[in-house]
Amino acid sequence: MGFFVEVLLSGLMAGVLYSLVALGFVLIFKASGVFNFAQGAMVLFAALTFVRLLDILKDSFAPITLSLIITIAMMVMLAMAIERLVLRPLVNQPGISLFMATLGIAYFLDGFGQTLWGSDIYTLDIGIPKGSIFILESVFDGGILVAKEDLVATVIAGLLVVTLAIFFQKTRIGRALRAVADDHQAAQSIGIPLNYIWVIVWTVAGLVALVAGVIWGSKLGVQFSLSLIALKALPVLILGGFESVLGAIVGGLIIGAGEKLSEIYIGPYVGGGIEYWFAYMLALGFLMFRPQGLFGEVHIDRV
Amino acid sequence: MNETDRKLGPTILKAENISLAFGGVKALTDISFEVKEHEILAIIGPNGAGKSSMLNVINGVYHPNAGSVTYKGNVRQRMKPHEAATQGIARTFQNIALFKGMSVLDNIMTGRTLKMNAGFLAQCLYVGRARNEEIEHRKKVEEIIDFLQIQSIRKTPVGRLPYGLQKRVELGRALAAEPTLLLLDEPMAGMNIEEKEDMSRFILDVNDEFGTTIVLIEHDMGVVMDLSDRIVVLDYGKKIGDGTPSDIRNNKAVIDAYLGVSD
Repeated sequence: MGFFVEVLLSGLMAGVLYSLVALGFVLIFKASGVFNFAQGAMVLFAALTFVRLLDILKDSFAPITLSLIITIAMMVMLAMAIERLVLRPLVNQPGISLFMATLGIAYFLDGFGQTLWGSDIYTLDIGIPKGSIFILESVFDGGILVAKEDLVATVIAGLLVVTLAIFFQKTRIGRALRAVADDHQAAQSIGIPLNYIWVIVWTVAGLVALVAGVIWGSKLGVQFSLSLIALKALPVLILGGFESVLGAIVGGLIIGAGEKLSEIYIGPYVGGGIEYWFAYMLALGFLMFRPQGLFGEVHIDRV
Repeated sequence: MNETDRKLGPTILKAENISLAFGGVKALTDISFEVKEHEILAIIGPNGAGKSSMLNVINGVYHPNAGSVTYKGNVRQRMKPHEAATQGIARTFQNIALFKGMSVLDNIMTGRTLKMNAGFLAQCLYVGRARNEEIEHRKKVEEIIDFLQIQSIRKTPVGRLPYGLQKRVELGRALAAEPTLLLLDEPMAGMNIEEKEDMSRFILDVNDEFGTTIVLIEHDMGVVMDLSDRIVVLDYGKKIGDGTPSDIRNNKAVIDAYLGVSD
């Protein structure tokens, strides 16, 4: 039993990291109806910027804080540039055009980030505790082994999610974001400044990318493959629904836990390696039977 | 009941020599007209006459190539649609533009966007002022829902409503902003007679109770003649008539445009 819980927990905590990446997608999808292919590139760009600044500023009085501030400023500027150069000329265009544009942004960011900051693998250490501890020793014999950094990541992700959920559901800006996602023209006509909303949402997505990038980066090192974790977020989104913040979280947790549990308990019978395709099989199943995902909105079109 | 007994105020909107072209296509040529406060002005004309373009110019969606728009005494330079909203201009669209995923209530709430001003942080935390504000605006929105008699559908996602009701919700969203000038782009298109009667009544009530100035585009001549104080007629982007319904009925150029010229 203790072993099962241990596998489950480590799976859930890996899932939290998937959720973090998926969150960035959900934010932009909710606010502009666009599947932002560049989210992975933004994760890489944010992490690269942060880790390189940390190196440049290592002799200053507060390297982490300073790098963080500058990186955030960079992400805000990036959001403004994307709004001005990509989104504004494409107002009122169909979602597919915007999607294609985000493909462009993705390739540009991958290249630009590495030109600016170099393409080596950088280790990132911002003092997230490493190593493992035993918890719940009174409940299970011998306790349960968890990685400290996973615990920290879970707490950070949890806070982020609660804030975002409230922001979207309960506030005027949240409602404005949803309005913009539904209909650009109508949103403008009731006094919602489109450009400002887009800058906000891309900034928030940029900040989520930064958090995801820093946590993943301190686990795996900051490297090009960070850009590819976007692919891992896809099944999470299909499971949770593209419009749901909660869905991104639950989807991430299910996939994280499912991967680890199936690897341990089913893996031996089929020769292992389940971890690599489990998420995609699950997503395929969902696409067939519940395409809107667990928490997505059902769209009914009149014909 | 229209032009006789109601007092019109001073000019609130003045379009002077407006011209608008898309590439080589001239949508509007040298159009001038005025709208008085508290007036219901109809813009009519055959398809492609430039009616919607005119509305979009007033609303700031299009910027005219020549001419000027004076609103509340200020000549306006390039203005964006959301700035028009700030100045009290609300509108509905020819093809309904509602937020389909949201409920009727939320849709109308979005109309209050500009009336809310709690700080960003307070909103994130949903505390204090932000919370009171939501409640206060909710009251106003419920009044509008009562006014338009859509109490029974307030929690329904608008995408599921029949066309006529969607049009009504869209009017509700525009009203939520408490506009001084309301632009209605074919508010009765695709409606049956009953729905048209309801909508006409709402438009007259809005004009009467809230004193809202209304500029509307409509094809149904019966409705236009009954509702409006004054009518502006466009044809091929040019103004060919401007006057009370009875003037327009007897205007030769208008009759020619609608019925064709006989030589």
